[in-house]
Amino acid sequence: MEVKTEQNNPKKTSTTERISGSEAIIKCLLAEGVDILYGYPGGAIMPVYDELYKYQDKIHHVLTRHEQGATHSAQGYARISGKVGVCIATSGPGATNLVTGIADAQIDSTPMVCITGQVGSHLLGSDAFQETDIVGISTPVTKWNCQITKASQIPEMLAKAFYIAKSGRPGPVLVDITKDAQFEEFDFEYKKCKGVRSYKPVPDTDENSLKAAAELINNAKQPLIVWGQGVILGKAEEEFKAVIEKAGIPSAWTILGASAIPTSHPLNVGMVGMHGNYAPNVLTNQCDVLIAIGMRFDDRVTGNLASYAKQAKVIHFDIDPAEIDKNVKTDVAVLGDSKASLKNLLPLLNPNSHKEWHQKFKDLYKIEYEKVIKNDLHPTKEGITMAEVLKEINIQTKGDAAIVSDVGQHQMIACRYAEFNKSKSNITSGGLGTMGFALPAAIGAKMAAPNREVVMIAGDGGYQMTIQELGTIFQQKVPVKIVVLNNEFLGMVRQWQQLFFDKRYASTEMTNPDFVAIAKGYHIEAQKVTERKDLKAAVKEMIDCEGPYFLEVRVEKEGNVFPMIPTGASVSDIRLE
Amino acid sequence: MENENRQFTVSIYTENNIGLLNRISAIFQRRHMNIESLNTSPSEIEGVSRFTIVVNITEAQMKKIQGQIEKQVEVIKAYYHTEDEIIYQESCLFKIKSELLFDERQIQNIIRESNARIVTVNKEFFVLEKSGRKEEIDLLYRELNVFGIMQFTRSGRVAVTKDKMKISTLLEAFQD
Repeated sequence: MEVKTEQNNPKKTSTTERISGSEAIIKCLLAEGVDILYGYPGGAIMPVYDELYKYQDKIHHVLTRHEQGATHSAQGYARISGKVGVCIATSGPGATNLVTGIADAQIDSTPMVCITGQVGSHLLGSDAFQETDIVGISTPVTKWNCQITKASQIPEMLAKAFYIAKSGRPGPVLVDITKDAQFEEFDFEYKKCKGVRSYKPVPDTDENSLKAAAELINNAKQPLIVWGQGVILGKAEEEFKAVIEKAGIPSAWTILGASAIPTSHPLNVGMVGMHGNYAPNVLTNQCDVLIAIGMRFDDRVTGNLASYAKQAKVIHFDIDPAEIDKNVKTDVAVLGDSKASLKNLLPLLNPNSHKEWHQKFKDLYKIEYEKVIKNDLHPTKEGITMAEVLKEINIQTKGDAAIVSDVGQHQMIACRYAEFNKSKSNITSGGLGTMGFALPAAIGAKMAAPNREVVMIAGDGGYQMTIQELGTIFQQKVPVKIVVLNNEFLGMVRQWQQLFFDKRYASTEMTNPDFVAIAKGYHIEAQKVTERKDLKAAVKEMIDCEGPYFLEVRVEKEGNVFPMIPTGASVSDIRLE
Repeated sequence: MENENRQFTVSIYTENNIGLLNRISAIFQRRHMNIESLNTSPSEIEGVSRFTIVVNITEAQMKKIQGQIEKQVEVIKAYYHTEDEIIYQESCLFKIKSELLFDERQIQNIIRESNARIVTVNKEFFVLEKSGRKEEIDLLYRELNVFGIMQFTRSGRVAVTKDKMKISTLLEAFQD
């Protein structure tokens, strides 16, 4: 309708300008406030790279060493900043290399826009060089995706992509753009997307559900909160803190919920799940009201569902209606945005302290401390433990660092022992468990938050999955601190082999290269620690270093992560040894 | 009841976009659920498509699937119904040798009694169309199969509900 008016009214000053599709892409990114994007060039995306060259003073393109690295960097950027991460790749293998990162962002609700080049529209379906059906391939792992074959579709589709990626429950979006659409000229005009007819990002909150939730909470004798990333994504940290402090409720976190409130907060009772803390796991099966906030009852959190919190009334706060009753049947579901819901819940709550109930957490913590934590943090044996390294990092960063961890034993140890003062400080691949996530994610995190200390922690296995991103760190001079906890094993798999496969260590032992030499090859300062006495000074040197730094710590080869809920067992059957 | 497999007819109102069929069928495929039949068509609202999908699953599964379908950005609304809540039809075509029409008197009776319709006849074959419920089509198939069927094909289910669907109201709410 508006277009018609303009045509009928030639005197009216037009807000459009005639540019190419590829320039339009850059202008759309700028209009969405994008200052950094991660990617890798190639044939079908070259027109866009040509524009990136012209706009390099306004938008910083980071050349990663692999497209997977670009996605994880965009994820790290998004997770620490709350903004949309952007990555770009060419067609065919460039596009398929994005898939792991997209799947990771989908399951961890990370806002990300991926732009892929595609062969010319006249070649679609002809098995052309570097043609792949990336829209088809990415459909199950994107929140939304689309293919653009005409330049005139670019502004509307990219506006929609950003809106969908960041609104409601965030997620990854992929926009595939044919090469001819990149070349084609058209009259460009950008309007931000304010809504999509078929899409309601935030469901309405039923006031009665809030009242019902408050009543259950007010009458509870032994309430337990389990919060997830929804608190962070909803920017609801303050509202959340106010709620738990007023109602005096012990609160435990899922891996992605970590750092929403400080580790030292007296109501923070630790992590739930497979390698979580003893008290919140055991007491999940003793609480009378379980309040889940912005979490999705993942199987690694619940253990066997048939014996998960069966005695409790369950309240579930979530923005995604599809999560309600998906895994755990709820008594009261509060749909909506966590910030608004918690703010509206607060005045309905009675002040409480639940002192006796808290004592149970303290008692169980003592047991965990004696059986597990003491030996992890203050080992009497010779080998360095992973937890000792975390302890040293905590001390020297004063808990202000963002910890970017990979996947495996070191990840569980990092989540268990890292101390967080600030929100958005625990960046890790939770749902997908993507080895190789940490190094590129740390690059994105550090670039998004240059004033924060970003410490990457990986095992020797995962580190080698994306080790080539050292090149990105060197070229971009990203001062990330890289810690590899080397046990010369794929430690988590080895632990399972030890416990459940009679120590048959099938393909888990690793013959590793000289990691220090590799880092130095990229001109990154590096050292290796093999003895406990050198750890403190080495961590200090790393933290004090102004540029990037690589620290390898040889940890005990066959250390195990405890506590542990074996697969299929109940949360309350968590093992301490 | 929630844990017994039942037949559900799922009606999904969506935007008319390329790729949405893929997105919706993947929801079933990922959970190892077989789709009995699937039909897509325009709906009563201009520019809005309607999927009709038949599945045999438990109601608990059905509720979760409904949530997953509605979660898709371009899905406006998804409903599921049991057979007693809908009016439904399926359609089928039989291609049969023309000589049978004249040699086998019984065939003419079958056509008449089943309310099937002859779409076309030529020297070689005739085409029979039948719309109805699944059992009626099954019966007609069995009866004609005795004489030999050259080709047979059957459409997915299409269904309307006895109760109102509030799609228009939903779309109007968006306009405000």
